[in-house]
Amino acid sequence: MARAAVLGRLTWQVAEVVDVAAETPRVKTLAFDVPGWPGHRAGQHVDVRLTAEDGYQAQRSYSIASTPDNPRIELTVERLDDGEVSPYLTDELRPGDQIELRGPVGGYFVWEPPQGGPLLLVGGGSGVVPLMAMIRTRDAAGSDAETRLLLSSRGWDDVIYRDELEQLRGDGLSVVHTLTRSQPPGWTAYARRVDAEMLAEVGPNPAERPHAYVCGPTPFVEAVAEALVQLGHKPHRVKTERFGPTGG
Amino acid sequence: MDALMLDGNAVAGLLQEVFAVEMTTAIETCNRCGATDPVGALYVFRGAGIVMRCPHCDNALVTIVKDSTRMWIGFAGIRTLQVTV
Amino acid sequence: MPPLISRGFRGRRDDAPAGRVPPGQYVTRDFPVLSAGPTPHTPLERWDFSIVGEVDEPRRWSWQELHALPSEEVTVDIHCVTKWSKLDTVWQGVSVDTLLDGIETSAEYVVQFSDGGYTTNLPLEDVTGGKAWVAFAYDGEPLDPEHGGPARMLVPHLYFWKSAKWVRGLRLAATDEPGFWEINGYHNYGDPWREQRYWGD
Repeated sequence: MARAAVLGRLTWQVAEVVDVAAETPRVKTLAFDVPGWPGHRAGQHVDVRLTAEDGYQAQRSYSIASTPDNPRIELTVERLDDGEVSPYLTDELRPGDQIELRGPVGGYFVWEPPQGGPLLLVGGGSGVVPLMAMIRTRDAAGSDAETRLLLSSRGWDDVIYRDELEQLRGDGLSVVHTLTRSQPPGWTAYARRVDAEMLAEVGPNPAERPHAYVCGPTPFVEAVAEALVQLGHKPHRVKTERFGPTGG
Repeated sequence: MDALMLDGNAVAGLLQEVFAVEMTTAIETCNRCGATDPVGALYVFRGAGIVMRCPHCDNALVTIVKDSTRMWIGFAGIRTLQVTV
Repeated sequence: MPPLISRGFRGRRDDAPAGRVPPGQYVTRDFPVLSAGPTPHTPLERWDFSIVGEVDEPRRWSWQELHALPSEEVTVDIHCVTKWSKLDTVWQGVSVDTLLDGIETSAEYVVQFSDGGYTTNLPLEDVTGGKAWVAFAYDGEPLDPEHGGPARMLVPHLYFWKSAKWVRGLRLAATDEPGFWEINGYHNYGDPWREQRYWGD
């Protein structure tokens, strides 16, 4: 499965904004045209670099939300109130603007349809982005690999890709939400942080040897990965992508 | 656990600036405890430079310091690195 | 290819008062947390600070003993090699001069050593003469573990990697012994005003 990957050295590429769309009140998806984009795999990310007029630079990594066959590279960015880069990306960028990005990078946190399932995808907040790339890729490939997404969000209006996930349910994909801070009236599903009991209920069973991908803020990923291993999932089958303290 | 910690995947771009092969799926052997892990699974700390540590024994495996034209990569904690070519 | 300027991007920076900021630095009001490794958590009952190496007799202070020494409040600017500077930071600590008082040594160098294995090296004269402290409080509060608490070194005239977090002592040495970052690409001395960030600078 590990293909020989002579990739060549990475350089910074110019990306032009072609669309900015709101996903939730704090989250936007930015679509870019990147001439010469070499293609990517679901789960990979890009490094984004911004340079101010006086030369000051800031750099952050963002997971690619779009599928490999989409000619536009889509990044879904959560606006962090005290962030330095995310407010610029979500508030300032307009179609026609240009930024620099480098990628795709990260062959470790990747899923491709030939790998099959079963898959357990656990996302915290904007940690859903690379997992959504996997789900979209699975759908585009017509894969029926058994896939369970457990998505933790603050409230119903904070669920990224909410409607699209509703539509994609079925054909082997199950979507389970937990809302940790507020729930809409009549909510009967999970309303707490992801824990071992929830993971055991959502499954799949460790005996089915699923590939698990866990992504989100570092404390979330730590708690989930540890719980999965305690439930019996082998550590090498649990891949993690930590976003740092606040979520990237 | 440190809330600031990242996975080796977070430095994929940095490593790929230098190495022509995918580094996060390379398998390293820690020279202190002998554990093997993909580089993508290592713990990444950001200090003055980047430190990648063994997730089992915290041994500093790789350090990365860079400026605009030079990068210093130390592999002091890695006994061997297995890369797919 | 020179980097592309992104329209309207400024980053989160404060204005820099003239003459206060070394070349290549930006002023921040935040206090970024940077670490070479996991945060240690040594209980105070087991914590001590030692002066060892080229001395007639090693010295050791427990947490209580360190606090019994005269300490002072200092307000200094700090400069991180990753380009942020923070002005007018207020610390409480024991001057290294106080710790070295009465110690006879022929050593010309010192290595700071910390929980977790971090080390950094300096000429002895760069930690004496009112230039360095063992700091245990920042901004009026006990020093946070993520910022190096219970105690860290404070050597503000050099880049801040030369102020070891979670410091447990100083080893006086006859020869210079490059520490963790000095071995791995950072400058051996680290003067921000001469922009000595990397090897060869």
